[in-house]
Amino acid sequence: MSRNSLWIIVGLVGLLSLLPLVGGAYALRIGTFASMYAILAVSWNVIGGMAGYPSFATAAFFGFGAYAGGIMLAGGASLAFATVAAGLMTFIAAFLFGVVLLRLKGHYFAIGSLAVAEVLRELTNAATELTGGGMGLNIPMSLSLKSVEGEAQFIFYVMWSLLIVTLMVVIGIEKSKLGFGLRCICQNESAADMIGVNSTLYKSLAFGFSGIFVAMAGVIYAGWVHYIEPPDVYDILYSVKPIVMALLGGLGSTLGAVMGAFLFLGIEEFVWRNLLNLHTGVLGLLIVVLLLFLPKGLVSFGSSWLGKRLIRQNGGSRD
Amino acid sequence: MTELLKLNNLSRRFGGLQALENVSLSIGEGEVVGLIGPNGAGKTTLVNVITGVHTATGGQVLYQGKDITRYKPYETARIGLARTFQIVQPFPDLTVLDNVTAAAIFSRSGFSIRQAQEFAQEQLEFVGLFPQANLPAASLTLAMRKRLELAKTLAMRPKLLFLDEVNAGLNSAEVEQAMSLIKKIAATGTTIVLIEHLIKVVVTVCSRIVVLHNGQLISEGDPRQVVNDPKVVEAYLGKRYSQAAKDHLKNAEVSLD
Amino acid sequence: MLALQVLTNGLVLGCLYACIAAGFSLVWGVLNVINIMHGGFIVAGSYLAWLAYSSMGIDPWFTLLIAAPLFFGIGYLIQRGILNRVIAAPVLVTLTLTFGMDLILNNGMLLAFSADYRKLILSPPLGSFLLAGIVVPVDRLLAMVLALGLTFALYLILRHSRIGRAIIAVRMDRDASLLMGVDIKIIYAVAFGLGAAMAGCAGVLLALIFPISPLSAGAYLGKAFVVCVLGGLGSVPGAILGGLFLGVTESIGAVVFGPEHSVTLSFSLLIVFLILRPQGILGKKGYE
Repeated sequence: MSRNSLWIIVGLVGLLSLLPLVGGAYALRIGTFASMYAILAVSWNVIGGMAGYPSFATAAFFGFGAYAGGIMLAGGASLAFATVAAGLMTFIAAFLFGVVLLRLKGHYFAIGSLAVAEVLRELTNAATELTGGGMGLNIPMSLSLKSVEGEAQFIFYVMWSLLIVTLMVVIGIEKSKLGFGLRCICQNESAADMIGVNSTLYKSLAFGFSGIFVAMAGVIYAGWVHYIEPPDVYDILYSVKPIVMALLGGLGSTLGAVMGAFLFLGIEEFVWRNLLNLHTGVLGLLIVVLLLFLPKGLVSFGSSWLGKRLIRQNGGSRD
Repeated sequence: MTELLKLNNLSRRFGGLQALENVSLSIGEGEVVGLIGPNGAGKTTLVNVITGVHTATGGQVLYQGKDITRYKPYETARIGLARTFQIVQPFPDLTVLDNVTAAAIFSRSGFSIRQAQEFAQEQLEFVGLFPQANLPAASLTLAMRKRLELAKTLAMRPKLLFLDEVNAGLNSAEVEQAMSLIKKIAATGTTIVLIEHLIKVVVTVCSRIVVLHNGQLISEGDPRQVVNDPKVVEAYLGKRYSQAAKDHLKNAEVSLD
Repeated sequence: MLALQVLTNGLVLGCLYACIAAGFSLVWGVLNVINIMHGGFIVAGSYLAWLAYSSMGIDPWFTLLIAAPLFFGIGYLIQRGILNRVIAAPVLVTLTLTFGMDLILNNGMLLAFSADYRKLILSPPLGSFLLAGIVVPVDRLLAMVLALGLTFALYLILRHSRIGRAIIAVRMDRDASLLMGVDIKIIYAVAFGLGAAMAGCAGVLLALIFPISPLSAGAYLGKAFVVCVLGGLGSVPGAILGGLFLGVTESIGAVVFGPEHSVTLSFSLLIVFLILRPQGILGKKGYE
């Protein structure tokens, strides 16, 4: 990652932190979603952009985190405990599942990861005693804050802090041996094997990292909205939107994921407020236009680092 | 000469096809062994099985006395086995330098990225690719890509190096260059197994030749002897030519009397 | 005879699944594109049948004759106009693209018909009869026979028509086909059109049995996925085998675990097959 990119990220995140000073409840809500979307997109990029495995498992991680954390919160656990616990559980589960799932490639992996989300949703639905099943889960969270505004601010800062943590870890991965190895795997997995990369280990770690912060975001989301149900938190759109955000900003780039997330949120909010009936259709249109006419995303407007070619397995790019 | 690699009745089956059948071979340290045979003989499969890309369905691979039959590719890479691919396999969007740095850093533990980069630069100088260090690998010509592949294997500090058809697609000048590089590598003491089609190359560079045909080892020994061995001639050219080769040898014996 | 009833239900369901999946499998196998719109096309076909019957009294088996060319044309145009531009792109792009197009289709249907479930009710109703102790609803039997017929028709087209054979050639070896002078763009468009036509017709038949709503699109798509992985990609026999296997398994599962778990069951089966035998029962692994 170049110096410029890092500074742009710091700038964007810094600007975000100023939102509570600017506006009231609406600004806080937007800001919280901005942070959450960025967490999802940046996390997905680890497995989808860096390693080149098109994962549709984000909804599985988010839903699992929301429920695991939600159940703990409803049981009286602190937000910190629930977040960390759910995150760790997801990391381990994703890692173990990844060992098996990541033997698949391309479409098969995409479907497999999608199927995991579907199965999880159905299992959650069925485990009525634990999760409330189709009737949903109520999550009363007692914070010492009395006001609604106070709670909104609190949630915003928590989500924002999680974004900072996510960025630090992911950027750290990018610069590390793991990141280097993932880029090699992405471009030529058999060549990577032959030079000594333990692909299975690296891919599984990437899958784990792509899930841990998403799950944590799910916990915070659950504590924020106080009521969750399976079709809500396991919604396939939670798998698709981060992909669109990452593609919007530029595949393989953390900065691209952040920019894509913010831009996507902006478009989504505009459409919600003005074209409610058409909002899924407009999202679809956005996707089509994006993929047909802007395949390299926003980042390509910036650096001209030697034509990235999309017609290969998402060659790892360094912005 | 200490034995580096030993194959005991190595076999590999793909469904109905017996790609390798009871191949037994011993390779000593410092040797430059040529591996020849007609197309489809199983030469690349042999390298794949030794390095762990495919698992043997029978037999053993012993390396420095240790049984590495079940090792995966990344494990063989880390104990000193390196190979090039017949169709070169670079990391296309990484720079030439990064390609070699990757090989240096993952094949051994204890290298920092900085140290690996320095070591990689040395390998690039050795193969003559230093000027191209910051270009993306995809922009290189074929001959350069082959040298890049070589540099990557060298960055792995291999004890045993498999070169799979390094000369395929090269013109004669490029072949000369490649051969002098290989001789340089051999001079450093690295054990090399050379899969080659060009008999001229094999005869000049190798101390010993091994011949594979239909997955079986049919001949081995001194280059000039093996090349005239009727079994080898038959494998490449068929019975008629092998008969001619037998007659040729008999006449040679007669004239010596 | 519970066992026979369960088996019959399973076979009927299985034939419908085979019809749903055959077109999807063709597109995936030949173009290497997973068409997320497939579920949407099916629902659209159902709406077509419902509209034709409720406003013009046209019976569903005649609507088939309208649906096939209509959906073929739509599919052909979509492929030529949009998908062809990204045909060489990685999985991620094509998958997300068809997902985006499906969102548009879905939104359109929601606006046109709302999410309320509609039912195509034949009058007079076809009733059911008793055969060897098994209850056989006539509408389902009809749907099953027609579904099988459609699937078999696709098989015949692929095997015995010139363009069908070209499609199979492309599926086996794209580059060799190019060398033989096959116009890939047309082949892709025809294959996609056939896939869309199968989906639309499947939708017409499904309207006889299931309630119609845009909300069902995802479920149909899910079945198509599972059948393809179970049976093997890109082949009609694979779709039939996979469909029957899934139908019977779900039918038995409904009795053993309860019908509310059918989605879990089918997706779990999918995951198991992906891990153990991704090429499906019939094998011949399709593209990745």
